[in-house]
Amino acid sequence: MTDVRLLTGGEAVAHAMRQIDPDVVPVYPITPQTPIIQTFAKFVADGAAQTEIVNVESEHSAMSAAIGAALAGARTMTATSSQGLALMAEIVYIAASMRAPIVMALGNRALSGPINIHCDHSDSMLIRDSGVIQLFAESAQEAYDLTVIAPRLAEHPDVLLPVLVCQDGFTITHSAEPVTLLPDAAVRHFVGDYSIPNDVLDVARPTTQGPFAMPDYYYEFRRQQAAAIEASATAFGELASEFAQLSGRSYGEIEEYRLEGASTAIVALGSTAGTVKDVVDELREEGESVGLLKLTSFRPFPAAAIAAALSGVDFVVVLDRADSPGATPPLHAEVAAALYGSSCELSGAVYGLGGRDLHPTHIRALFAGAAPSYVGLRGDPCRV
Amino acid sequence: MSRLKTLVRNQNGVPPLRGGHSLCQGCGVPMVVRTVLSTIRQPVVVVNATGCLEVATTRYPTTAWNVPWLHVAFENAAAVASGVESAQRALRRRHALPADEDVAVVVFAGDGGTYDIGLQALSGALERGHRFLFVCYDNEAYMNTGVQRSGATPFAASTTTSPAGRQSWGKAQQRKDMTAIAVAHHVPYVAQAAATHWHDLSVKVERAVAAPGPAFLNVLTDCPVGWGHEPRLFAQVIDGAVDSLFWPLYEVVEGRYALTYLPPAVLPVAEWLALQGRFAHLLRPENATVVAGIQAQVEEDWLALLEQCGGRILAGSGQGRCPPEC
Amino acid sequence: MAELRDWQYLPVAGAVRPEDAARPLTGGWRTGERPAVDLPKCVNCLLCWFYCPDSAIVLDGETFTGFDLDYCKGCAICAEVCPVGAIAMVPE
Repeated sequence: MTDVRLLTGGEAVAHAMRQIDPDVVPVYPITPQTPIIQTFAKFVADGAAQTEIVNVESEHSAMSAAIGAALAGARTMTATSSQGLALMAEIVYIAASMRAPIVMALGNRALSGPINIHCDHSDSMLIRDSGVIQLFAESAQEAYDLTVIAPRLAEHPDVLLPVLVCQDGFTITHSAEPVTLLPDAAVRHFVGDYSIPNDVLDVARPTTQGPFAMPDYYYEFRRQQAAAIEASATAFGELASEFAQLSGRSYGEIEEYRLEGASTAIVALGSTAGTVKDVVDELREEGESVGLLKLTSFRPFPAAAIAAALSGVDFVVVLDRADSPGATPPLHAEVAAALYGSSCELSGAVYGLGGRDLHPTHIRALFAGAAPSYVGLRGDPCRV
Repeated sequence: MSRLKTLVRNQNGVPPLRGGHSLCQGCGVPMVVRTVLSTIRQPVVVVNATGCLEVATTRYPTTAWNVPWLHVAFENAAAVASGVESAQRALRRRHALPADEDVAVVVFAGDGGTYDIGLQALSGALERGHRFLFVCYDNEAYMNTGVQRSGATPFAASTTTSPAGRQSWGKAQQRKDMTAIAVAHHVPYVAQAAATHWHDLSVKVERAVAAPGPAFLNVLTDCPVGWGHEPRLFAQVIDGAVDSLFWPLYEVVEGRYALTYLPPAVLPVAEWLALQGRFAHLLRPENATVVAGIQAQVEEDWLALLEQCGGRILAGSGQGRCPPEC
Repeated sequence: MAELRDWQYLPVAGAVRPEDAARPLTGGWRTGERPAVDLPKCVNCLLCWFYCPDSAIVLDGETFTGFDLDYCKGCAICAEVCPVGAIAMVPE
């Protein structure tokens, strides 16, 4: 009997955390991640999970405590958004370089300033070079599923890296939809036991961890780390297969939506993919050959898969929910690199900063060939 | 048995911190580490903030540590320790492990990583009540990066970012009372100690690790480079800081202050300042009033401390050191 | 130092075990003087052992036996703190 509940993305992730039952969750509140930690805290208070929640005094300390816990043999999770991620950014890089398999829920929210609590992807983009894995959920269901997969991915012996499961702030974190939960026992069995190669609390075999490296070694350590995130693509594929057997729901580093025979495709991350799917269905009904390429894995960046998926497409439009002032927006630039040498025409548009909605009318216009730099912006000469 | 012989025995032939590191000739930090770690009988895990001790002892592929050791960043040692301590507690609870097998979590951080950039994480860890020992090795400036002033630097000390000059006496501000800040968090055990008073420090370490919650030790030690003196004069300089009442030794147990050392003879502050290059500018006759001001402040602070101690002067927690034959 | 290793042969995240780690011979830091002891004078107070920043005082149990010149940096604190003047700095 399937367990289908009406849950927001935040609640869905809290349920995944309840079922994973991590050992330690050091966490600091910030909108729009708060429903995750509040719902989870109630689960723990009611004995539904045995987790040690550590209510730290800042996000920087949350990630710091998470490293300490993860390297001390504890399965560790946390959550943040926007400014919180910016504050802990220093330590996120270190979590990756110290190979701490922490799972973090990210409620994507715009970076200040102005201060804004609504959705965009600028926080994820801030740490894209940190070496952590970033998976993007389109819906509450995906947020739940990817969170269940995340610990095994983070802890995989070839990986040993933090995994961020990203979901759009408010749009997903606070919007309810039917979510199918796996049975508690199935999740417990899927995630299994926690194990790392060098437990700092193993006093019989002491280790020195977090060394100082001069120019004669730093470079080699960074290469070692890059190899780990490269290996994570294979690990994710294997785990997604196993998860599909368990749940009937399949995940890959990308999702191709009606790309067969598409002459125009939009590339997108997160909840907007859902809106684009609706517009694709309408346009297809009208005889237009359009499709969507959704990225589930942003880091590692699935360049080869993207190039293959778009190989037959004539016009590609990349939607960026983050800007890079003075340069090409981040996703656009990375897709351009993946498509270098292909014959398709590539354009890109920034949209949705600070929670500005992207309407189906905008998407129709993009499929029809409008090419503004900023979609839906008041005052822009190419406004749609 | 002499406390030093006890420390030797506790090491069991394996020093927690061994030679082969690149701390300076005459560095005052290893003595503190030796006293702390050789006092604690249970296994330890060291969480080390960025700074001299961390950098000089763990250049890859070397290490000078024979105990489990973890470094993450500069300002977050107390937060990292909170994570380690929480992990241990969570795992013990989940797997029903015996509490007496717990590993002691010990933080070493310099004054920079405690008073300034480390203050937030320390405050949070103290407030949450984690069971850990935070040891600040206070040499009164950011020594690793070249002797820059910190919140622990004494008034009128010359540092590279508060240099004495034609228009400056050095650091213009009084240093923070970090020990009092720790006390204000209502933790079970706080103490002020000094590197040369090993017996006093060792007893304090015992009390700290027995405390049912966070413990904070503020330990004065020396940097011959930053303080400006011949390395061999280490003991004289630290003893001078203590005997001039500049750095009193006391402990605060559940908020109750007690003095743990009363100098048999009080040294005039000027004689202590005269030992150090960082105060050399104060020896000029035109700066006599500044020196007098420092003396007055030291005496005022001492009297205030005595009042807080309410006459409690612990006998038997030791003089700083035993006579040589003990 | 040992030959520099390729990235494929580094421990994960640089975690080092003390038994595997290199130990640079910091005795090379001395600049012409080393400690010397007049052993009959030594009373085994262990102050030199306590004060040595480089753990370069060698003990047999709780008995002073000598200096580990592989690691002694020549700071002379031992000579300064010895209560019976048994240690002096002498030219190398």
